[in-house]
Amino acid sequence: MATQNTRTLARLMMAPSVVVLLIWMAVPLAMTLYYSFQNYNLLTPMNVSFAGFFNYQYFYTDPAFFQSIWNTLLLVLGVLAITVIGGTAIALLIDQPIFGQGIVRILVISPFFVMPPVAALIWKNMIMHPGYGVFADIAKFFGLQPIDWFAQYPLFSVIIIVAWQWLPFATLILLTALQSLDSEQKEAAEMDGANFFNRFIYLTIPHLSRAVTVVILIQTIFLLGIYAEILVTTNGGPGYASTNLTFLIYRTARLGYDVGGGAAGGIIAVVLANIVAIFLMRAVGKNLDK
Amino acid sequence: MARSVSTGQKIGWSIAAWVVALLIFFPILYAVITSLKTEQEAIAGFSLIPSGTFENYVTVQTQRDYFKPFMNSVILSVGSTILALIIAIPSAWAMAFAPTKRTKDILMWMLSTKMMPSVAVLLPIFIIFRTFGLLDSRVGLTIMLTLINLPIVIWMLYTYFREIPGEILEAARMDGASLWKEIVYVLTPMAVPGIASTLLLNIILAWNEAFWTIQLTTTNAAPLTAFIASFSSPQGLFWAKLSAASTMAIAPILILGWFSQKQLVRGLTFGAVK
Repeated sequence: MATQNTRTLARLMMAPSVVVLLIWMAVPLAMTLYYSFQNYNLLTPMNVSFAGFFNYQYFYTDPAFFQSIWNTLLLVLGVLAITVIGGTAIALLIDQPIFGQGIVRILVISPFFVMPPVAALIWKNMIMHPGYGVFADIAKFFGLQPIDWFAQYPLFSVIIIVAWQWLPFATLILLTALQSLDSEQKEAAEMDGANFFNRFIYLTIPHLSRAVTVVILIQTIFLLGIYAEILVTTNGGPGYASTNLTFLIYRTARLGYDVGGGAAGGIIAVVLANIVAIFLMRAVGKNLDK
Repeated sequence: MARSVSTGQKIGWSIAAWVVALLIFFPILYAVITSLKTEQEAIAGFSLIPSGTFENYVTVQTQRDYFKPFMNSVILSVGSTILALIIAIPSAWAMAFAPTKRTKDILMWMLSTKMMPSVAVLLPIFIIFRTFGLLDSRVGLTIMLTLINLPIVIWMLYTYFREIPGEILEAARMDGASLWKEIVYVLTPMAVPGIASTLLLNIILAWNEAFWTIQLTTTNAAPLTAFIASFSSPQGLFWAKLSAASTMAIAPILILGWFSQKQLVRGLTFGAVK
């Protein structure tokens, strides 16, 4: 029953957001694409020339590129594994009848609100520091040699920090999904003699699968862009041991002043993110049709 | 809940849940405790009992001018959120109450802009900002934070607006209310809770944004994310001071966060999990 008038007004109301997002999406991306075919170094801004596919060849044959892709993969999969498994376990635990459930919830979700540089620096200095950290104190208590986490296991250390930050997100989403599970259904299963294990396999897991999908997809989008945690802890090192794709592009672009190389790297980051995005959009889109 | 649970079982589950919760919360708690220690105590080995000094908080202010990045964080997160709401409210409104065949496509396209990796457009943005003198300016960063959170804001508002029953609108229309009157007198009061939730979540997201805030600022416009990141290279004994700065940086948003658990789920899953 929308009149012509209403429709025009609706279009006008949407115009600012559409225009703003269109510019935001198209202009910088077009520039990245353009730069990726140019020899352009910020240190010598006068010497800009057409480079053909040189930047791509240069960036994609760099051994650091393969390492960064591998590190990105390990980082994303490692964090996903910890947060999804840990999140499910913690959500199931909190969903039990317990004393002080509200406070437990608050404690568990808190890390999510800690800004990345703070989270990383607390872990780096107060927890994992080889001399003064809590882990070192524990090791010394048992008479063991403290581990220099960021020197010996740089990528693993970053994974631990990022997993700590995202565990609350997975827990909260899964808990929300868990609590929407019909308690009548649970009781019916119980009456039919299904034990805890069977109820979990045949009732809870199928019910949670949708939430798990959403958790995986959304986290992947954010995890592909992990930056600050690496910057303040290992700075990508030692060597390229904890450099992910985001950090490699940042290194090339901002520290190497190489606009063309950074742009060529940026294009593959876009392609990677798009692959994940397609799946996420499908999952979210299904919900819209309801 | 008809399930009967014995007290023993409940105590067992409770102990397990509290142990896990305290372990997860521990790094935050330990930072707060360390902030109340002297620098000597902070490196003297594990201890949960600080001497209770507030000197670190004073030092962080007097030596590093903590108030400036703090105010920048407030201005940037609140400013970008209000700007995003001004752009998003009419848009989400139109899509929720006057949907067309293309509404879903537009929503999905808006969501897709959120998927673009920031680092891929780092240099274009950097060069644009440099050209227009926006580097290290609060104006530039406010625009940036508005842009990156706009899709989430529109989506969240849309899912809230869609829940406002359409019959109320029709009733108002029957009574001869114009669209403008509908908006001001009928819908706005019903939409306020949704707008408030969106505001809250977006302030949290903007406060904690740590890519663009670090890339595009140096000193003038640097918010707390960039300020704290500057602590990454240790200068002498700094554990307790770092803890004090960290505690102040996360406390306000932690408390806001506790109040917005539900909205968090909704906002960050784009309505896919409620």
